Amino acid sequence: MTMRFNATRRATLVGLSAVALTGARAGAQTPKKGGTLTFLQNSEPTTLVSLTTTATPSLTNSAKTTEGLLEYDYDVNPRPGLATEWSISPDGLRYSFKLRPNVKFHDGKPFTSADVAYSIHLLKTVHPRGRNTYANVTEVQTPDPLTAIIVLSKPAPYLIKALTAAESPMVPKHIYEGADAITNQNGNAPIGTGPYLFKEWVRGSHVIFERNPHYWNPELPRIDRMVCKFVRDAGARSVAFENGSGDIGYRTPVALADLDRLKKVPHLVFSTEGTSYSYNVQCIQFNLDSEYFKHLKVRQAVAHAINRDALVKAVAYGYGTVSHVPIAPGLKEYHDPTPSPYGYDLKKAESLLDEAGFKRGSDKIRFKVPMDYNPIGDEGRRTCEFTRAVLGRIGIAVEIRAQDLSAFAKRVYTDRDFHFTYNGHSNLFDPTVGVQRIYWSKNFKKGVPFSNGSHYVNPRVDELLEGAAIENDPVKRKQMFLEFQKIYAQDVPDLSLYSPLYLTIKNKRVHDDSPTADGVEANMSRVWLDA
Amino acid sequence: MRIGRRIVTTLKRTAVHAAPTVLGIIVLDFLFLQLMPGDVADVMAMEAGSATAETVAMMRERFGLDQPMLAQLMSFLGHLVHFDLGFSPRFNASVVDIILERLPNTLLLMMSALSLALLLGIAVGSVMAAWAGKWPDRVLSVVVLLLYSMPGFWVGLMAVVLFSVKLGWLPSDSNMTIGSDFTGWDLVLDRAAHLVLPALALATFFVAVYARLVRASMLEVQRQDFMRTAHAKGLHPFLIQLRHALRNALIPVTTVAGMHLGNLLGGAVVVETLFGWPGMGRLALEAVLGRDFSVLLGVLLLSSFLVILANVLIDLLHAWLDPRIGEA
Repeated sequence: MTMRFNATRRATLVGLSAVALTGARAGAQTPKKGGTLTFLQNSEPTTLVSLTTTATPSLTNSAKTTEGLLEYDYDVNPRPGLATEWSISPDGLRYSFKLRPNVKFHDGKPFTSADVAYSIHLLKTVHPRGRNTYANVTEVQTPDPLTAIIVLSKPAPYLIKALTAAESPMVPKHIYEGADAITNQNGNAPIGTGPYLFKEWVRGSHVIFERNPHYWNPELPRIDRMVCKFVRDAGARSVAFENGSGDIGYRTPVALADLDRLKKVPHLVFSTEGTSYSYNVQCIQFNLDSEYFKHLKVRQAVAHAINRDALVKAVAYGYGTVSHVPIAPGLKEYHDPTPSPYGYDLKKAESLLDEAGFKRGSDKIRFKVPMDYNPIGDEGRRTCEFTRAVLGRIGIAVEIRAQDLSAFAKRVYTDRDFHFTYNGHSNLFDPTVGVQRIYWSKNFKKGVPFSNGSHYVNPRVDELLEGAAIENDPVKRKQMFLEFQKIYAQDVPDLSLYSPLYLTIKNKRVHDDSPTADGVEANMSRVWLDA
Repeated sequence: MRIGRRIVTTLKRTAVHAAPTVLGIIVLDFLFLQLMPGDVADVMAMEAGSATAETVAMMRERFGLDQPMLAQLMSFLGHLVHFDLGFSPRFNASVVDIILERLPNTLLLMMSALSLALLLGIAVGSVMAAWAGKWPDRVLSVVVLLLYSMPGFWVGLMAVVLFSVKLGWLPSDSNMTIGSDFTGWDLVLDRAAHLVLPALALATFFVAVYARLVRASMLEVQRQDFMRTAHAKGLHPFLIQLRHALRNALIPVTTVAGMHLGNLLGGAVVVETLFGWPGMGRLALEAVLGRDFSVLLGVLLLSSFLVILANVLIDLLHAWLDPRIGEA
């Protein structure tokens, strides 16, 4: 028997619950048509189609023009997108999709199963994650223009969650075929099936999308125009929200220190809806080849010294959920909520360091060690300062080193010239995609960012991660991830700290911006504005 | 006639000087950039948050980063001979296009800031000189000292808080109202409104410099023989100050202003970031952080041309202000 989802019924149910939610929130307003939405973004994308990069700025914009096979509700259950029905064979090796009829690309050409097959082929060859996500795909069968069947050599239980517009964009075959995917001009002026047409991209300033009048859902989109403005300075973004020149921004688009002030601005709304597709976990990453942190007792001592609750308050201003394991609390199915076996205990930390042979010297210092941080967010420096303060109390003198992104990548992943860092990893939609890469010994690869940078090697962990990647039984798979997290907690190859809570900030005139798990990274076809 | 000959000699001399200067700048820039840790493939992989060994290797090969350093330099110079600045892997566009898109914005901002600084600086300096030692001079001295010691970005931030957040008079981001379809006079007004705050932030420091310079040189000129002659002729004191004192005082000011053009480009990085101004300063900063060296070399090359060009213009201006300069 095949598992079959009745798409229409599911859609109705979801639709009803969405109405109920909106009703509770905004008093059941009927959506208005028209208007321009100004979307503030921290940095400029390198391409408007997230086919060859998964950098956040590209993910933000891609879905507006280029859609995916599925959408997902807040609990990451699939909903119809370009595919209206889907089924997975019991052995997990065949994924069949029934495509939405009468869907046209912006240039008027029809969207068919050939485009799906070609997009999956591109994702498997040029997408930074697609190489792993679609590694087991042997072929995509296209028995008729509205049916696509993905055939796998081994089960890939995470695949059904990988089909959002931003993660797996469906691009037009007739534009990519026979041309180089990376330099393809479609990345600069995209043509897709999406609710918005690409209008212009003024580099260093903005992108404008306009309403697609021939969108397959005639009710949508509701706004006339979306202006995506790139505002690099966090202070300038705060100002734009305050004076109303910016309507919406996500992933907490302002400095955390500004939030309290902005929350007093009457026309601003703060929301966490649509942040369940991908969770980050921030950590203290050890270099297990370091003369200090190769000792398990030293790592345990550091674990005993860090009070995660205090850290979240001090570093993240409380906008985070403590996590003792690298699988984020948001991935409820797999997250292990058991606290670390090494609770906050400075005395224990000191005795472990003594046992490890690092006694306090005449200057009360056990050893001096530099700490680096990933400079992407503004909390990296603060986390290092927090760590320096607490480790100072147990006799470890920490010296903080700053560098830009490229220098950090080279130091950690290429030169391996570090002892420990503050870093963060995205879990994405599944531990096999987001977590395995950090702890799998076969992914210790010099020069590859976000690989196994600690150089963690544990044969049992390898076995569990490799097993879970192809385990079709959800119960067994969960057991494997739980066992992995138990071993992780004992080994402390790195120290998971917390999962950041990302806020979407918007003007209260903006409605229905984030009805799906991936929030504003989805196509935003339903968003509407008060006049 | 004299001016014509002067232009020819200046241009000739500049051409002879410029070629080796530009070549030196390119080669030095290129070598310095090699010292920076990491490359564009690292940045793009870090930003993507995920990478495989294959994608990283593919990027390096595609961008020519797997070539030896000398080969990369030769290839860049080879392209340059054909007036080709290369291709930016990050922007997926040719460097010339990327820069030309930003150049007018930066020139507008720089020229507005420089003109504003010169106008205000000369006016304030003249007033200070005319009332030297009296209260207008004292008050303005304090103001000038304040302007001199406040960093431009701070002035900019405060101006944003006051004029944009509190009063709501002036916009504080970008160089126009994006998505509005203004034409004609509305368009000009819209652009001008967006220009005010960034130009002001960029100009303040230079206002102070020019005011002090003008004051000092005008006071120095006051005791010269020709000033006494002018007074003796019975000319109006205002005309004396304007035609005789100020004209002489302008020589040091224009010299310094020419040199400041390079500083303005540097200051533009900060101001453009603060005000979301889509100019070359921000482009340069983003190119450094992104290790997009083809873009950065293009910006540096163009900036050196700008500075050389400015020096030529200043030379010619001097010839007009004081025909004795450079006659020999």
